[in-house]
Amino acid sequence: MGQRVAIVGTGQTHHRSSRKDVNGVELIQEATSRALEDAGLRREDIDAVIIGNMDHFEGINYVDMWSIDGNGGLHKPVMKVTTGGTTGTTVAIAGYYHIASGLFDTVLAIGWEKNSESDTTAAIITCADPYWERPTFGGAVAGLAGTACEYMHRYGITERDAALIAVRDRKNALKNPYAHLRKEITVEDVLKSPMLAYPIKLLDICPRTDGACAVVFASEDKAKKIADKPAWVHQVSSRHNYTFLTDIERSGRMPTLYEACMEVYKNAGIRDPLHELDVVEMYTPSSFAGLVWIDALGVCDEGEAVRLVSNGVTEMDGELPINPSGGVISTNCIGATGLIRVAEAAMQVSGKAGEHQIEGAKLALATGFGGCSWSDVLLIGSSKPN
Amino acid sequence: MERVAIIGIGQTKYEREKRGETSADLVFEAVTKALNDAKIGIEDIDNVVTVSNDFWDGRTISSMAVTDACGSYGKNVSTVEGDGTFGAFYGLMRILSGSFRSTLVVSHCKGSEGSNHLITNAIFNPIYERAIGLDSISSSALQARRYMEKYGVTEEQCALASVKNHKNAKDNPFSQIAMDICVEDVMNSKALSDPIKLLDSSPISDGACAIILADEWMAKRVTTRPAWVKGVGHSADAYNLGDRDLAEPDALIRAAQKAYDMAGIQEPFREIDVAEIYDAFSYQELLWSEGLGFCERGKGGRLIESGKTTKEGMLPINPSGGVLSAHPVLVAGLARIAEITIQLRGEGNGRQVDGAKIGLAHGINGACGQAHCVWILES
Amino acid sequence: MSRKKYPLLTISSEIELPYNYSLGRYGGRLVTELKHNSRIVGIKCPECGHVYVPPRRVCGKCFIEMDEFVEISNSGILQSFTVVYFSFLDPETGKKRPVPYGYGRIKLDGANSEFLCFLEESDFEKLKIGVRVEAVYNENRVGSFKDIKYFKKVEDGDPS
Repeated sequence: MGQRVAIVGTGQTHHRSSRKDVNGVELIQEATSRALEDAGLRREDIDAVIIGNMDHFEGINYVDMWSIDGNGGLHKPVMKVTTGGTTGTTVAIAGYYHIASGLFDTVLAIGWEKNSESDTTAAIITCADPYWERPTFGGAVAGLAGTACEYMHRYGITERDAALIAVRDRKNALKNPYAHLRKEITVEDVLKSPMLAYPIKLLDICPRTDGACAVVFASEDKAKKIADKPAWVHQVSSRHNYTFLTDIERSGRMPTLYEACMEVYKNAGIRDPLHELDVVEMYTPSSFAGLVWIDALGVCDEGEAVRLVSNGVTEMDGELPINPSGGVISTNCIGATGLIRVAEAAMQVSGKAGEHQIEGAKLALATGFGGCSWSDVLLIGSSKPN
Repeated sequence: MERVAIIGIGQTKYEREKRGETSADLVFEAVTKALNDAKIGIEDIDNVVTVSNDFWDGRTISSMAVTDACGSYGKNVSTVEGDGTFGAFYGLMRILSGSFRSTLVVSHCKGSEGSNHLITNAIFNPIYERAIGLDSISSSALQARRYMEKYGVTEEQCALASVKNHKNAKDNPFSQIAMDICVEDVMNSKALSDPIKLLDSSPISDGACAIILADEWMAKRVTTRPAWVKGVGHSADAYNLGDRDLAEPDALIRAAQKAYDMAGIQEPFREIDVAEIYDAFSYQELLWSEGLGFCERGKGGRLIESGKTTKEGMLPINPSGGVLSAHPVLVAGLARIAEITIQLRGEGNGRQVDGAKIGLAHGINGACGQAHCVWILES
Repeated sequence: MSRKKYPLLTISSEIELPYNYSLGRYGGRLVTELKHNSRIVGIKCPECGHVYVPPRRVCGKCFIEMDEFVEISNSGILQSFTVVYFSFLDPETGKKRPVPYGYGRIKLDGANSEFLCFLEESDFEKLKIGVRVEAVYNENRVGSFKDIKYFKKVEDGDPS
């Protein structure tokens, strides 16, 4: 039962704050055609299409139907999956299962968001319970701020420590032609940037981006014909455990990310992720999260991420580079963001990451985050899984 | 395709307004019923697929409201935003991958909480079409008019579907609107959007439905009455209404063909014993019957006039009362699968089709049936 | 043939989508207590014993229906907080929400899960995790989350 799955092509738009030159369907079409080109395929070769975004951002209902002209799915099976911030990774996981099921051989997975067309915070607020949470909830920024405040108290990390993540990712973005924000920043820049919601400042948080990403998944037989170096999807896992914003357990490593990573490692036989993984594309919505959650990847003891980061372990030339693409802090087109992590991980193990290629990368981890602390994790490698 | 079966189903009663209950309450009810039906516990469920829509729920990340209630804590979970038949399709694929033995698929919708007009208006192109005020009713009216003009189908023939299905609903304890009406009642009912009248139209509904899919190994251990999945297919048509001939259900023809090929069905009308199809409006039962190959193109009106699709006929369509009698959006497709399962088990009581062994369930997504999903199940 | 430059236009609109969300029986119980008794209630899971506030039907971890309501104190320890400075459109009103405002997660005595609520204090330098806070109710209560005006610091309370 089940067939092996590989990523044989990826495409991204050049992410920007505002793409006034295209409407949503055209934005999607850009990523779709780039992914097909990368895979050397035509629309006719695709068996099914999966697409995801967050409805209320663009104010369009049934986006899978609306985007038919751009998503390549005309006269084909088309499906929408969406789970908030984790949408991009959820779309990738759906792509994986479409192929693994044996019902399809080549599938196109698309994530996109045209944040300039929406009021992001207002839309995100509606994810919360209308009675008990919406009056106070200040969107993703405020939610992440409350968590950051707690992390500072629990682990003794400072705003300066968190800023290291923003600095790292923004520097990496210089080598990624698709990234939205491509200007280097310093720790001082971060500390001086306007306070949005204590302790999160402008440069601690991801931007709002217009962008799309498409990834072509293929079965083993097809993958061998299509790509020289397919990126094999070894494992996928998700944990979306919570309903209310405050449900998450308050001690220990970020629970959903940790659980999902442990499931992936267990099934893949990974015991020492710090050394066995070559690169991580991590969904880090804020600098604080990006710092603290490193321990949830199982690569250090709880609360020890500062030490790892300060020692340069997560830099491009470190033992375990994190976010060579510049990550979410440099680009955040929400519906696409998780999928971009997957695409970037695939590019790394296929040797297609250009200037931000990590030499000899063979095994990559991609993570997604969203909702009230939900997580998805994918393990992607250059060799076939068992 | 390896053998996968439906081993448990649960439905809430469909009602105009379930004011005292939240969506989470409805999901919990449907899931609990499905688990009890399968005689298993939540720990036997390997993964969950929820089906909901942000616009219908008035909530971004609509699946967040039901995470507790669907039992997905500590499990792999995903959400399909589309008709329940598509969600079930994804649930099926996750089992076929070999990663899971069982999938719980649950869908909910509370049509009473929002404005059907504004929510379905949001389906249409914000730049060119929304200002016209298109919604599910008026766009379907365009399709009905085109279909009737092209093939000479009459309003009276369409009305027969409403008469038949509302009467069938009398034997379905879950259905919302059961009544004895005649064609004249339909013709005299209030005009909503010509040619669609009140009694040609499905109602606003609240409800939830859950199904449990399992691989052969588990199905054989758990139940003596599995409903095996023999064939599935789905396909999408163009988006702009003007890019399609609304009288031609091309996407349905393709979807059905895929399902029939997989199930080895060559003469659907003869080989299928019972069908539950998505009749959101009366004309749709006629049009989709054609797309499913139950009759020749353009002959949907003749088919329903023949009486062959009544409960006693050759191929009963919508013995449950169909979507015309209860229409919680997204849920309705999953409910079609649940109803066919009931038929194949012989548990339909008053609505049972004798000797039903092969059944067809059908769902649609998007305006005017832009996408269709077809399931063939066998006992 | 010369390429004509066409203007890049945007069309703006506001969508107002009205919804009547069901509060449900569990939320209904809490608003009744807030209105009539200036009191908060939670619900206890019969299996794991976790007390949830606001109360809801299902304990997600145990997947079990709960029915044991328990009274929760109006006072608790601040677990986390933030002060929001950036102005944004409130989807409930269609207008900008007034800033700055402070809100936080409070672990009320008797509850295991945390309660999100406004804080009186909106200067983050004066807030600290671990301080005791207590609810201040509105004089005119209508049966709503906003019957609690905010939580204020308890000056002589036990700080941790």
